[in-house]
Amino acid sequence: MKGNRRLKMLFERKKENERILSLFLTAGYPDPGWSAELIVGLAEHGADLIEIGMPFSDPLADGPTIQYSSQVALEQGITMEKTLQIVQDVRAQTDIPLILMGYTNPLISYGVERFCEDAVKAGADGLIISDLPPEESGLLRSSTRMAGLSMIFLVAPNTPDERMRRIDEISDGFIYCVSVTGVTGARDGDEIADSVDRFIERVNRNITRNPTLIGFGIRSRDDAIRISKNVDGFIVGSSLIDLIRESYPNSGWDKKVYSFVKQLKIGNIK
Amino acid sequence: MTKDSRREYQKYNMPDEKGYFGTYGGKFVPELLMPALSELESAYRVANRDPRFTSEFNYYLNEFVGRPTRLTFAERLTNHYRRAQIWLKREDLCHTGAHKINNAVGQVLLAQRMNKKRIIAETGAGQHGVAVATACARFGLECIVYMGSEDMERQKLNVERMKLLGAKVRPVESGSRTLKDATNEAIRDWVTHVESTFYVIGSVVGPHPYPMMVRNFQTVIGQETKRQLEEKNLGTPDILVASVGGGSNAIGFFYPFIEERQVRMIGVEASGLGLQSGKTAATLTLGRPGVLHGTRSYLLQDGEGQVKLAHSVSAGLDYPGVGPEHAWLYDQKRAEYVSVTDEEALKAVELLSRKEGIIPALESAHALAWLETLMPQTVENQIVVLNLSGRGDKDMRTIAEHLDRESRGADRI
Repeated sequence: MKGNRRLKMLFERKKENERILSLFLTAGYPDPGWSAELIVGLAEHGADLIEIGMPFSDPLADGPTIQYSSQVALEQGITMEKTLQIVQDVRAQTDIPLILMGYTNPLISYGVERFCEDAVKAGADGLIISDLPPEESGLLRSSTRMAGLSMIFLVAPNTPDERMRRIDEISDGFIYCVSVTGVTGARDGDEIADSVDRFIERVNRNITRNPTLIGFGIRSRDDAIRISKNVDGFIVGSSLIDLIRESYPNSGWDKKVYSFVKQLKIGNIK
Repeated sequence: MTKDSRREYQKYNMPDEKGYFGTYGGKFVPELLMPALSELESAYRVANRDPRFTSEFNYYLNEFVGRPTRLTFAERLTNHYRRAQIWLKREDLCHTGAHKINNAVGQVLLAQRMNKKRIIAETGAGQHGVAVATACARFGLECIVYMGSEDMERQKLNVERMKLLGAKVRPVESGSRTLKDATNEAIRDWVTHVESTFYVIGSVVGPHPYPMMVRNFQTVIGQETKRQLEEKNLGTPDILVASVGGGSNAIGFFYPFIEERQVRMIGVEASGLGLQSGKTAATLTLGRPGVLHGTRSYLLQDGEGQVKLAHSVSAGLDYPGVGPEHAWLYDQKRAEYVSVTDEEALKAVELLSRKEGIIPALESAHALAWLETLMPQTVENQIVVLNLSGRGDKDMRTIAEHLDRESRGADRI
């Protein structure tokens, strides 16, 4: 199936009361040998979409949790090639949409065109680059388009209305809504609840072409229910990694992770 | 040299409106910072055209920083090499001991204008941190400085200075616990407190408009040099030499001379333990283009695009990137970039101290060390101007350890 097809179908099939559950996991964490199996497991236990983090030495948009998982993965020898191999291994077992998420430098070092081709060949559907705003995305867009890779941009509480509309126009797949100003990481629920309603109201007014997923700071099902009321779904990353960090490699660590995932899913439980 | 590119220098007007110097520069930042960068850009543009802002900036440069700094004839150093005349632009005489304060005052004045009450900064050796803490104390603003815990250990004195000035020094424990990681952490803080906070970047790095803005605040170095040379009837200099880490002292010094093609400009990087050692900070010499901290420029990186750790005895040059304008000047061959080792820089500290009674900062000593190579190529009636970017008080521990090692070595012989 062609890359962005899988994403389109995911949102088309979504039921009214359902929320898309997107999970973020750093490639190669907790162990490069585990990654593919773990991701397949996440898909089997309720995830609708997986974002696979491509580790970078200087993840300046990430909080302590993802900094840590990136560093562990790099120390264990994760490379772009191995990350793409993980994508390929996952793709052999499931049809879940896979988004690669990372930073500009490893991508241009690999070669933008080659990267997009290899990513699609491996079975990836889309791309999120944390330090590549629309203004700089020209260096990627012809390659992503040619390869058929969705380009996903972010909007944040401080993104002006008109800019949101422009981002909606150049994105395909979905829009990543950042719930709070800050870096990635789990937060106190109240910290995000206060201002998020006004933000989502603006998102829905300005973003009309693409589905919307909200992320940053979601720790629990309650957080997710509260925050994803008026969007298509939500993204959980740091909390998942924190849980792995706490329990890996004790016996039953994966079961713990999967039961966390299971209870995050809202509506239309598989 | 084609006619066209010559014309380009005659009206040197970089960066373009997107913040690019050729293919270098730009704004590679998280979406959250884009509104902040636009706000900063327009505030700076207005301030830059406002004569009141310029005169306020100049007032503090004169009355607070102690400008203009002298252009000193290095008589005994000149006699030592017996070639071109050597002149020193004395940024070491600035308040707080280095050129960093020029930029800190400029940006803090801009922050005040933008009504931002919370100032953050990153620092490696602590010179930029001290400069920002100083400016914040002077204008009564809250100041938070991110510093790698490794650097805090190495530069205890500057940590104490910042604290005394009322700044909060936040230790950074992530990654290599040095300048690169302190910068990551400052950017994370900015992302989190983007509405209230002004991020004072210490060099000509980071996303647009920083490389342009910091350069402009440092251009006073080159402008004064030019005027002082005229006053002394020395005319146009033949060669300018400056050290390059991020490159703010060098670009401020070079900038007013870029259009004068006959002026050779030489930037000296830190090759640390040597270009082949793997422990080096010679970004232009050894790196390749990449993206770090919001800008596209040369970068020390491995085959996977992961950023390498830099090494230099001089904490101020210990950075794996370099300003995008230097990358452009390097590609255009308008400026030359060379490197010297830790050892050579330490020798130069000793030479200048003995010959001129001036103890240079280790950063500036890299420029001085290149004179060993450069001076034999010069002739007597030429003028070499070297930007002495800072004084060496802060480096006394490192220097003393080196002298100690050397004298023990001598004893053995």
